[in-house]
Amino acid sequence: MNYSKCRVCGERAIIDLPRHNANFCGEHLLQLCRRQVEKAIHDHDMLSKDDKILVAVSGGKDSLAVWDILLELGYRADGLYIGLGIGEYSDVSGDYTREFAEERGLTLTTIDLRDEYDYDVPTAAKVTKRVPCSACGLSKRHLFDKAALDGGYDVVVTGHNLDDEAAVLFGNALRWDVEYLARQYPVLPARDGFPKKVKPLMRLTEREMAAWCIVRGIDYQVEECPMALGNKHLAYKDALNSIERESPGSKSAFYLEFVDKMSPILAEHRRTTGRELVACTSCGAPTTEPDSGDAPVCAFCRLHDRVSGVEAVPVEMVLNKKARKAYLAAQAAGE
Amino acid sequence: MIVKLRQPKREVTVDGNRTVNQLLDELDMNRESFLVIRNGTLVPGDGRLDDDDTIEIRPVISGG
Ligand code: SF4
Ligand SMILES: [Zn+2]
Ligand SMILES: [Zn+2]
Repeated sequence: MNYSKCRVCGERAIIDLPRHNANFCGEHLLQLCRRQVEKAIHDHDMLSKDDKILVAVSGGKDSLAVWDILLELGYRADGLYIGLGIGEYSDVSGDYTREFAEERGLTLTTIDLRDEYDYDVPTAAKVTKRVPCSACGLSKRHLFDKAALDGGYDVVVTGHNLDDEAAVLFGNALRWDVEYLARQYPVLPARDGFPKKVKPLMRLTEREMAAWCIVRGIDYQVEECPMALGNKHLAYKDALNSIERESPGSKSAFYLEFVDKMSPILAEHRRTTGRELVACTSCGAPTTEPDSGDAPVCAFCRLHDRVSGVEAVPVEMVLNKKARKAYLAAQAAGE
Repeated sequence: MIVKLRQPKREVTVDGNRTVNQLLDELDMNRESFLVIRNGTLVPGDGRLDDDDTIEIRPVISGG
């Protein structure tokens, strides 16, 4: 039988990567991924082998893969998982995360929003009338920052991949949102009590990360978070993938050339717009000084004050009509 | 051959003897957004699929 061959070794290929105009066997796919991560770390001075690293893990392919790759490359990395209370999705994600850590004897810290802060993401979204991802992102950022500081970590690693970053860039560019464009960079240096944050998967696509997990035998949560159904990022990703299909390599060029060519131009803007930070009077986290002269309270504490103790709202209550229909159908089908 | 799909989870039966890329094209699925797995192993775009295969087409996009 005819089959395509690995570009490196000539053995049977398991994947075609049109952007590299090549096919790869499992082993050489892994090599390619490792090298892309090493290049990202090197080019942007993300990590050193002495760093104590905290990986933000969600149970999805990207965060488990980045944890796996960093360990393989010889970095010291622990994991932090946050239980967001998003129905069955969160239960399953937590199981995959614990399984991954246990099998490898890794250090994993778990924070459950409901147990420790007496709220969850759907309830926060409902009460504050925020988009769920906004309440979720705010909570995660705060808790990862806090855990990194409390645990003496040098840096927080997230599993954002090339597709994530390209989708965000696409959204920011559609609006020419200069503030956000200026801040979009794969490394956020530590400042005023915030830990350093880096994205070592910035050069790898989602398809490559899913393939990494399959080849490495990593079980992960394949199902999408129900809160993401119909969100703009998914639409942007689809749009970029349509372009990618017609013109392989355009997605990585769009994002990586932005980082190389536009970020330096925007850096000046970044420096001049940072506001002075003060300590939150409730939790001590850095936050901006309110114009009103009130005592400074950070966004997390304000959210927490409003939603803590409110009875849990089921996931479907905070979905729009179309997403709710899809979610309930999936539940009924026993997903 | 049996093809397992997600979102929503379902199974469809499709005639075998076609390549992965042909199958994805017929189902109107973008190659960049999916991986095709046969018995736990990835199959590249030009890999041939047979009538007695069980195939999973796995979406790779996540929206978080
Ligand atoms: S999709 Fe939104 S709600 Fe779901 S985990 Fe991601 S940020 Fe949180
Ligand atoms: Zn090879
Ligand atoms: Zn606070």
